[in-house]
Amino acid sequence: MIQTKNINRDLITEMEILVPEAFHIPEKQRRYRFITISGIVILTVISLWKLQINPFTIFFGIGKFFQMVMMFFPPTHGGWISEFIYAMGETLAMAFLGTLFGFLFAVPLGFLAAKNIIPSTIIHIVLRRFFDVIRGINTLIWALMFVNVAGLGPFAGIMAIIITDTATLAKLFAESIENVDTSQIDGAKSTGAGPIQIIRYAFIPQVLPIMLSNVLYFFESNVRAASILGILGAGGIGMQLYDRIRIMNWPQVFFIIIMILITVAVIDTISKEIRKAIVANPEYRP
Amino acid sequence: MQTQEYQWDITLGLKTSLFEEQRNKQLAKRRIYTVVWIVLFAAAFLFSLVIGDVTMEKILNLPAAWNYLKETIPILRMNSLGYDVGVWYARGDIWVGHLVDTILIAFLATFLSVIFAFVISFPASRNLIRSTSVFFLCRRILDIARAVPEMVYALLFVFAFSLGPLPGVLAIAVHSTGSLGKLFSEVNESISMEDVEGIKSTGGNWVQTIWFGVVPQVLPNYISYTILRLEWNIRAATVVGLVGAGGIGMELMTAIRQFQFKQISAITIMIILLVFFLDWVSEKLRHQLIGGEKLI
Repeated sequence: MIQTKNINRDLITEMEILVPEAFHIPEKQRRYRFITISGIVILTVISLWKLQINPFTIFFGIGKFFQMVMMFFPPTHGGWISEFIYAMGETLAMAFLGTLFGFLFAVPLGFLAAKNIIPSTIIHIVLRRFFDVIRGINTLIWALMFVNVAGLGPFAGIMAIIITDTATLAKLFAESIENVDTSQIDGAKSTGAGPIQIIRYAFIPQVLPIMLSNVLYFFESNVRAASILGILGAGGIGMQLYDRIRIMNWPQVFFIIIMILITVAVIDTISKEIRKAIVANPEYRP
Repeated sequence: MQTQEYQWDITLGLKTSLFEEQRNKQLAKRRIYTVVWIVLFAAAFLFSLVIGDVTMEKILNLPAAWNYLKETIPILRMNSLGYDVGVWYARGDIWVGHLVDTILIAFLATFLSVIFAFVISFPASRNLIRSTSVFFLCRRILDIARAVPEMVYALLFVFAFSLGPLPGVLAIAVHSTGSLGKLFSEVNESISMEDVEGIKSTGGNWVQTIWFGVVPQVLPNYISYTILRLEWNIRAATVVGLVGAGGIGMELMTAIRQFQFKQISAITIMIILLVFFLDWVSEKLRHQLIGGEKLI
């Protein structure tokens, strides 16, 4: 018994000499690991101190939060169901119109910002930076500004979604236009096609499926965005949610949250089916 | 000779008519789909216009948005540029503090969510857990955490924890626990089981199997997802302040509500610069992790 143990130990020592990295982490990697971990620890301590987070606030807050969650049950609509459904319709309308007009504005801008359509470097850089700046401002901030301009209601939300979607989609479109297969362009050129015909017959067939599937993705994400834009006064179900939270009507708050979750799930499923149909079978395309 | 040509013409005619027939059938099918799409689309469009309160009056009022944006442009004169910028960024030091708060909120939230997602992701992976009920429970927890938007959590937490950065941290942490947990468990499900079997065969318990068999395989992916998530969370942290959950968003909210136009542009520029810087750092970091040596 003891002998076997010794043999094993000898074997282990031998292996340790042969393949040291199986037993010890290399010095360099250990140093990186130490720096990373100590950096994270220091940053955490700094954050807790700078943000003035202490155990007491957490403790009392958690107590209050669970009290609140207890009052969530049972979720009821309290006779407001028709208002809630109307508000959900507003949310869907905001997402639909926002995505639609964002798409319509993004297509020409995307072509303008694509290097292989407009070979000018200046236009390319200016447009791309412009898109980046617009995208850098969150939809919620745009919504807040449009509420100031257009007043409370879904119109402000629609405008906010149009602005951010135009910039984001235009950037994606420009990238997919730049990545088209050039042989189709050559083919169209060889038949004597003009610039418009080249775009119609060489670019559109290649980029349209990508564009459409992107637009559907954006519609899904806009439904999520539109459901919270109302918190800032831009219409939709978020406005109802905010009102219910302010008057502490927790069962209705919970009811609205469940409504949002179900709607988002349904929209996701429908959009996934449409995307599959459009991308897979060209014959279903309009 | 003549008869042969005649016959040939007949078969060609038959073939052509067959082809035409098929083509017409397909075109008809396609036309039906086109009509269906147009009808559905028109219905959705009209419904949206009515419900969405889009009126001619509102559209014609849109130039007001342009005037609004023009108001935010500060007065900068060449001969007194330093002074003008000083006036524009009079509250600059406070804003920088809030911007740092924003980053720290996102960092803490990411830190918390990585810990929670790490723990939950293993029982939420089909190949690592035998009990179906535990698997489904963990998956549902992650789904629910992910499905509710950050802003809704922020509203609820502001109510429970009062105004300040703490509700922001918690709101972002809960939401990104859901997202990261799902991504982590998907990574776990794609590992090679040979290492896991190896640890099991030496008598390792479940925790040891995970730690020595799974973690070394999935760690690079986890780190890359975490960096992406940190980037996303900083963007989220700039807006949770709009409902009072700390960070630069609170300042922006005040500026917008009080029509302090010059302050709106000043804060917005700071946010945009932060986002640009972030994109750059995150890209560098991920490239280094992908291309460079094993750092962690």
